[in-house]
Amino acid sequence: MLQGGGVPLSWVLILSAILFSLGVAGFLFRKNIITVFMSIELMLNAVNLSFVAFSYKLQQVNGHIFAFFVMVVAAAEAAVGLAIILTVFKNRSSLDIDDVSEMKN
Amino acid sequence: MDLFFFVVFAVVAIGCGISVVLQTHPISSALSLVGVMGALAVLYLLLGAEFIAMAQVIVYAGAIMVLFIFVIMLLNSGGEVRAGRSVIVKVLGVPALAGFVVIIAWVFNSSFSELAQVHFGGFSDGSARSVGRAIFGPYLLPFEVTSVLILVAILGAVVLARKELD
Repeated sequence: MLQGGGVPLSWVLILSAILFSLGVAGFLFRKNIITVFMSIELMLNAVNLSFVAFSYKLQQVNGHIFAFFVMVVAAAEAAVGLAIILTVFKNRSSLDIDDVSEMKN
Repeated sequence: MDLFFFVVFAVVAIGCGISVVLQTHPISSALSLVGVMGALAVLYLLLGAEFIAMAQVIVYAGAIMVLFIFVIMLLNSGGEVRAGRSVIVKVLGVPALAGFVVIIAWVFNSSFSELAQVHFGGFSDGSARSVGRAIFGPYLLPFEVTSVLILVAILGAVVLARKELD
């Protein structure tokens, strides 16, 4: 089927798209605030895979730098986000995202 | 051989990703997410990104997921009550996402020929040495700005957590 035994680059990118869609699905369908947060991490991971794949395609190291920066931003986001989740839980004793709706209209 | 390893770890990644979305208990989702991250680290190695693969294991699977699991254990929340999202999301969500994947797959298949293939060892510039040269060369300013971002994140986390203690 494939010559050379290598992996077609498009397969790697399609895997990235599938993981991103799974992240979006988790973000849309889940109600637990922590699971929603983990779905965001899943999306960031999928984007990182795309960065590294394009870095391979272009034979440049720049994509790795961007993946590294995405990791740093994800770490900062996780620290602040989880602190916010702790505060929300202390105030309402619930992790349901639909309970936090003050800013809705 | 490359294809075999890619298919195995891609299936692991997709399976764990589906598990992240479908599990009702957050701790199961978190452990599935660790599986996704481990599989992705192997794929990074296949793509020649040694430094990023190690950073993935240490930072993501090590640090960030431990933070998640700490919070899940601390809050001791049980499984999710299965209650409905809005009808539009339920009806349109899955078909829209499937359509997105199909369109993306078609675009990638038509824009990259079968000859654009990934081989293990086809890109040897992903070592810590070359990544470091790039970070401390052309990307020095973004890297320094990143340190300010981390500082702000630490301050934000401390402020939020202290407010909760009062």
